Amino acid sequence: MLKKFSHGMIERNILLLGVLTLITVSIGGLAQIVPLFTVETTIERVQGIRPYTPLELMGRNIYVREGCYACHSQMVRPFRDEAERYGHYSLAAESMYDRPFQWGSKRTGPDLARVGGRYSDDWQAAHLRDPRALVPESIMPPYAFLDRPLDTRNIQQHLRAQAALGVPYTAEMIANARADLEAQARPDRDATGFQSRYARARQAAFDGNPAVVTEMDALVAYMQMLGTLVDFRDVTPEQLRQQ
Amino acid sequence: MATLSATQPGAMSAPRPMPDYVDGPIRAFAIATIFWGLVGFLVGVVIASQLAWPLLNLDLEWTHFGRLRPVHTSAVIFAFGGSALIGTSLYIVQRTCRARLFGGEEMGWFIFWGYQFFIVSAALSYVLGYSQGKEYAEPEWFIDIFLTVLWVTYLVGFGGTIIKREEPHIYVANWFLLAFIITVAMLHIGNNISLPIHWGSGFSYSAPAGVQGAMIQWWYGHNAVGFFLTAGFLGMMYYFIPKQANRPIYSYRLSIVHFWSIIFLYIWAGPHHLHYTALPDWAQTLGMVFSVMLWMPSWGGMINGIMTLSGAWDKLRTDPGLRFSVTAVAFYGMSTFEGPVMSIRAVNSLSHYTDWTIGHVHSGALGWNGLITFGALYWLVPALWSRARMYSTRLIEWHFWLATLGIVLYITAMWVSGIMQGLMWRAYDELGFLQYSFVETVAAMHPYYVIRVLGGALYLTGAILMAWNVYKTITVADAPEVERDLAPAPARAVAAE
Repeated sequence: MLKKFSHGMIERNILLLGVLTLITVSIGGLAQIVPLFTVETTIERVQGIRPYTPLELMGRNIYVREGCYACHSQMVRPFRDEAERYGHYSLAAESMYDRPFQWGSKRTGPDLARVGGRYSDDWQAAHLRDPRALVPESIMPPYAFLDRPLDTRNIQQHLRAQAALGVPYTAEMIANARADLEAQARPDRDATGFQSRYARARQAAFDGNPAVVTEMDALVAYMQMLGTLVDFRDVTPEQLRQQ
Repeated sequence: MATLSATQPGAMSAPRPMPDYVDGPIRAFAIATIFWGLVGFLVGVVIASQLAWPLLNLDLEWTHFGRLRPVHTSAVIFAFGGSALIGTSLYIVQRTCRARLFGGEEMGWFIFWGYQFFIVSAALSYVLGYSQGKEYAEPEWFIDIFLTVLWVTYLVGFGGTIIKREEPHIYVANWFLLAFIITVAMLHIGNNISLPIHWGSGFSYSAPAGVQGAMIQWWYGHNAVGFFLTAGFLGMMYYFIPKQANRPIYSYRLSIVHFWSIIFLYIWAGPHHLHYTALPDWAQTLGMVFSVMLWMPSWGGMINGIMTLSGAWDKLRTDPGLRFSVTAVAFYGMSTFEGPVMSIRAVNSLSHYTDWTIGHVHSGALGWNGLITFGALYWLVPALWSRARMYSTRLIEWHFWLATLGIVLYITAMWVSGIMQGLMWRAYDELGFLQYSFVETVAAMHPYYVIRVLGGALYLTGAILMAWNVYKTITVADAPEVERDLAPAPARAVAAE
């Protein structure tokens, strides 16, 4: 059989050529992608990871919309200099609810995986409005246009879609989505319900103006929680083992 | 060797009447290729300038770097590269099969206008703030579904033409083009599975998250390079270089080995985009090993392309169109050596996240994809509009040197800035502290960003000359070739045989 094989057979039959091509190009992808869904240790078993609050989620969507990933990574590598510059290396667990993932591929600006809490809310908002007012050498575009009301009409649908894809948003979280969003950005609102649903979430007038919930509020709220969910003092080496 | 006779169709049998080829949509694709090339290069120069002089972001939500960058990448890869690929593939498949396009004029025009509609809607959506946030897969779900339908139509048109071919063998260029169409369909569908928040919304969340999302994205992203920018363009190489050199492909056996090994190995290389990330080590190692192996079939293809000129090297002096194609294959060889080197984890720890990656991509995109497209166009435009030759050979020569010089400036600037930035990030002073703050590394980039703008501007200038040359070729009916005397005397070239 094999002795009689000639490549000419494949060259004469488009169906054979097409099917063999499809099989050939499928193998690598299947071998690399499927195990990531089936091997349980792909995602580290650390404490503290929670879904984004509604305000953080909307902020994250603005981060994606403006293409921040074109210049900022969110993935600290396990090197001495990155540990000193950015902090503990990033875990798979820390982006397990990220749709889409925003690990990035370029650092025209610094990594943002652990930027949360590094600067004050005021600094972040002022820097986004006019980067060169605070960092003269910066080449970042200004984002002053984010000082406009945040569109929250579909907030429940956002959470519902995330829940459908496997993010553990409860019915209570979805029902209170709008109230939680407003409570986080307005210090005059009662935060107890919202903080019981989202551990360690911070309430603040992120853009300095408590009267209106803006896109700036959402983006700063998101950036201020980046990399803060896992408390690495409590993490054991066993928990970090991946395979 | 019968498959390789396509350089001289019908050479082995008595002349048969030519089928009534569908060429209108191919002419349109040729013009679209030039148009989108100009747009893509221009946006590239603009965003490169924004990195050198940030005031050019204009303080507007529609014009800042973050929204324009996907416009640039989509315009050059999908609009310029895609129009070139679809146009030339429809030309090649009809000629090498001696068959009229399956579906006829209507099929050709549907593919043309459908694809242009996809390009325009994708570009508008980025500027207006719709993005899936995944590189080279930014179009939102509703555009993705449209493209899927269009792509299947393209597969039917292309495959249908092969089915009704009159040549017994399927020519090697068509293997690569078929693999390009099939695999891009697989990748596009695989990486765009997402859930809209409701059916009336343009906004969706991707189905996979985090580490799985990253792996699927770079399985897609690297193979957009592997199958869109490599396999498809190799199809172009396997047709146009033999045509321009008037020689058969160097080695039939090498074509077979080249084809199967490159399509098998490429798919595995994605994880080299994720070295030292939270992707498990076993996947990173697989990505690195297969990327290094990929060097061999890549160079096999380069050798097959360049050696096709055996006995016809003199044509390089008289045919500047062929010079583009051959230089393109040389750049292909260079970037497919650089790629495996950068995929080694130790090298990648330095190069990743820096401009070195950007330089690498552009030596492939400007050098390989751009130049081979220009070479094909300089052959195809006279053929499609029934002209004896291009309007001006001298303009082609100017284009060649402007483009080459532009690429050299671009990639050397990015090598220097990328390696410098990588070294500055990890530099320590004598007391054991990090020597540079991040923003000091940004400031150090400035001169190289200016040089890059200059390189891109030269490349764009060359493309403008090409557009003018093509315009004159189409509109001026076979003008006497006044530049002819300036070309090297053919007599000198004869001895090369």
